[in-house]
Amino acid sequence: MSTAVADHHHDEVPKGITRWLFTTNHKDIGTLYLWFSFIMFLVGGAMALVIRAELFQPGLQVVDPHFYNQMVTVHALVMIFGAVMPGFVGFANWMLPMMVGAPDMALPRMNNWSFWLLPFATSLLIASLFVPGGGPAAGWTIYPPLSVQGGMGVDLTIFTIHILGMSSILGAINIIATIMNMRAPGMTLMKMPLFVWTWVITAFLLIAAMPVLAGAVTMLLTDRHFGTSFFNAAGGGDPVMFQHIFWFFGHPEVYILILPAFGIISQVIPTFARKPLFGYSSMVFATAGIAFLSFIVWAHHMYTVGMPLSGELFFMYSTMLIAIPTGVKIFNWLATMWRGSMTFETPMLYAIATVALFTVGGLTGLMMSITPADFQYHDTYFIVAHFHYVIFCGSVLAMFAGVYYWLPKWTGHMYDEKLGKLHFWLTVIAFNVTFFPQHFLGFAGMPRRIPDYALQFAEFNMVSSIGGFVLGFSQLILLWVVIKAIRGGKKATAEVWDNPEGLEWTVPSPAPYHTFATAPEVR
Amino acid sequence: MIAKRFQKLRTALFAAAGVGALWAVPAAVQAEWGLNLQRPVTEIARVQFDLHMLITYIVTVIGVIVFGVMFYSIAKFRKSKGAQAAKFSHSTKAEVLWTVIPTLILIGMAVPSTKALLLMEDTTDSDMVLKVTGYQWGWQYDYMEDGVSFFSKLATPQSQITGTEAKGENYLLEVNNHVVLPVGKKVRLLLTAKDVIHAWWVPQLGGKKDAIPGYINEMWIRADETGTFRGQCAELCGKDHGYMPIVVDVVEEAEYQAWIESQKKKS
Repeated sequence: MSTAVADHHHDEVPKGITRWLFTTNHKDIGTLYLWFSFIMFLVGGAMALVIRAELFQPGLQVVDPHFYNQMVTVHALVMIFGAVMPGFVGFANWMLPMMVGAPDMALPRMNNWSFWLLPFATSLLIASLFVPGGGPAAGWTIYPPLSVQGGMGVDLTIFTIHILGMSSILGAINIIATIMNMRAPGMTLMKMPLFVWTWVITAFLLIAAMPVLAGAVTMLLTDRHFGTSFFNAAGGGDPVMFQHIFWFFGHPEVYILILPAFGIISQVIPTFARKPLFGYSSMVFATAGIAFLSFIVWAHHMYTVGMPLSGELFFMYSTMLIAIPTGVKIFNWLATMWRGSMTFETPMLYAIATVALFTVGGLTGLMMSITPADFQYHDTYFIVAHFHYVIFCGSVLAMFAGVYYWLPKWTGHMYDEKLGKLHFWLTVIAFNVTFFPQHFLGFAGMPRRIPDYALQFAEFNMVSSIGGFVLGFSQLILLWVVIKAIRGGKKATAEVWDNPEGLEWTVPSPAPYHTFATAPEVR
Repeated sequence: MIAKRFQKLRTALFAAAGVGALWAVPAAVQAEWGLNLQRPVTEIARVQFDLHMLITYIVTVIGVIVFGVMFYSIAKFRKSKGAQAAKFSHSTKAEVLWTVIPTLILIGMAVPSTKALLLMEDTTDSDMVLKVTGYQWGWQYDYMEDGVSFFSKLATPQSQITGTEAKGENYLLEVNNHVVLPVGKKVRLLLTAKDVIHAWWVPQLGGKKDAIPGYINEMWIRADETGTFRGQCAELCGKDHGYMPIVVDVVEEAEYQAWIESQKKKS
């Protein structure tokens, strides 16, 4: 009897601001992460529009070169560390406990802390734009000696990275602890949904990679203020060493951004193809393979720094190898669609677009792995096009797929399908208008990170800028769709879709504040 | 039944690949329109260009196949057309096939790429040495054998940048002092920098290389023809990174000798 009373009390949803400040509930924290990510997505997007406005035509019209460099730098940092990484942690918080049949994350208080570190960290980063000397302007890679020249904005950035890294590591520990210890009885590792698998592997990557970045920026900090010469050639240091350390973090980071996206796609496509995921175990092994390779390919970001020939060869071969597990994934998704019975609701559209456009980014990546050719591609707009195809189309479109897929589960209402499709078509078309021409700009010889350019690049830049503005403003449709679904709409059933697989579909929509207080049986 | 279906698919794929190849074939046309790499004028740039075209064809074909299968599936296996979902969830044969074939393609690519790298890194037997030093924001050139040294900076007037004057033909790609090199001679470049990292890049002469403080990097150029070739700094180096172009005049040997003599008198 007393247990029932206690349960009843526990089911009450706390009210007011303290619900969000003190929450230890994985769904609330997931919501916080997702909103935070979306706000950062808009902030970073606004910076991208400053860049595209300046590049609309040759000459300097909108901003001065120093501020342009700050925009290039902070846009990247905000998008990577503010939008994409927290976005996926939001999905992890909402979905992982429900997917493995756990009542909550393993470490709920730490969960609260790892979220609330974020707004403070990113505030420091945004504040850096307003201090004397301005924000960081050496690119998101903050290569010394250039980053040593910057003002206190660089120091704020370094502290931002420290705090964000702490948050990521705490989040990763929490995810691993949850998945390893709190799976429902019967859910063996090889029965876990693929999103769970990709996240557990991502979490290990985070724990391995983030401290390396923290070390690199700490050395940068002491070089800047305490007279050390880690990266200062005049003091016996080595500016290239920073690049090696940075990319030892940076390449796994790329997969931290993409692996959870692979997970989401692997949940969405089978549902709408009405067919089980093709090659589940090869998907798991391919993910692990990609994660392993991510630690031995870092120097392909630095083919032009003057490595010894043997180094160039090693990193060329190891980089080419990545194409194999990545190819396996793409072929598996295609085979899942093959002879399915497909319908094309917004999540499926986004999932297909992710696979298609990520393939474009993957193939340009293969081109860049060819070291001699990369001596031409390196640091041009070809690279800019490549990583936007990979990160925007791989990670962000997959997140959109995930939002539309689980929104009915989160809100209890179906989203507006017409608006969703409008958002989809505008985003995908505008994206390609923005970034496809950048491949040609890179071939033709336009370096990246320049505020002004020679006249032969004018036409494509104008096209790209027009696309960029359509792409940016289209994202407000998503905001509208989400708010509309929160406020009402057609009631969603527990299953939402046509017989989807996974424990999250066995609980009602919206998912109750507490789910799986008693662990479900997994056959 | 399955065989027939595959045959149909194969025909569709070949047709699609044909269209893709047409798009990619007229490389010369693309160069004119600024769609492709700039026309190479050194052996290294040519090797890079050929590898670039080869890998572009390969990824185009792979892309066409992937998109072909995807769009075929989208068109064919729709619930609205009454498609029934199959039950299969793996096929060892297919999985081995799409692991082995990419591996073979990669090995095929690795061989010429390795050869190209061996060529690029071979700076021996050079005819002359040019030292390039990057500054914020300009280049210093030292002709090591002849003791000739000069700075080279952007020559585009500020009024063109801010738009109070019409932009010239070589807007942002013009400098006060051109680098002059003899045609057909193997020039070994030593690259370094005084302040931050820069990268020296003239696309038609071959790839870029970073100029790093405390480091001396090497690359080599042997231009096949005379002409003026333009490039830019390719590594973010601060406020005026976009404003440190490179202009190289490749001239006949006799003209080069005359130029060197005149420079010696100047210094």
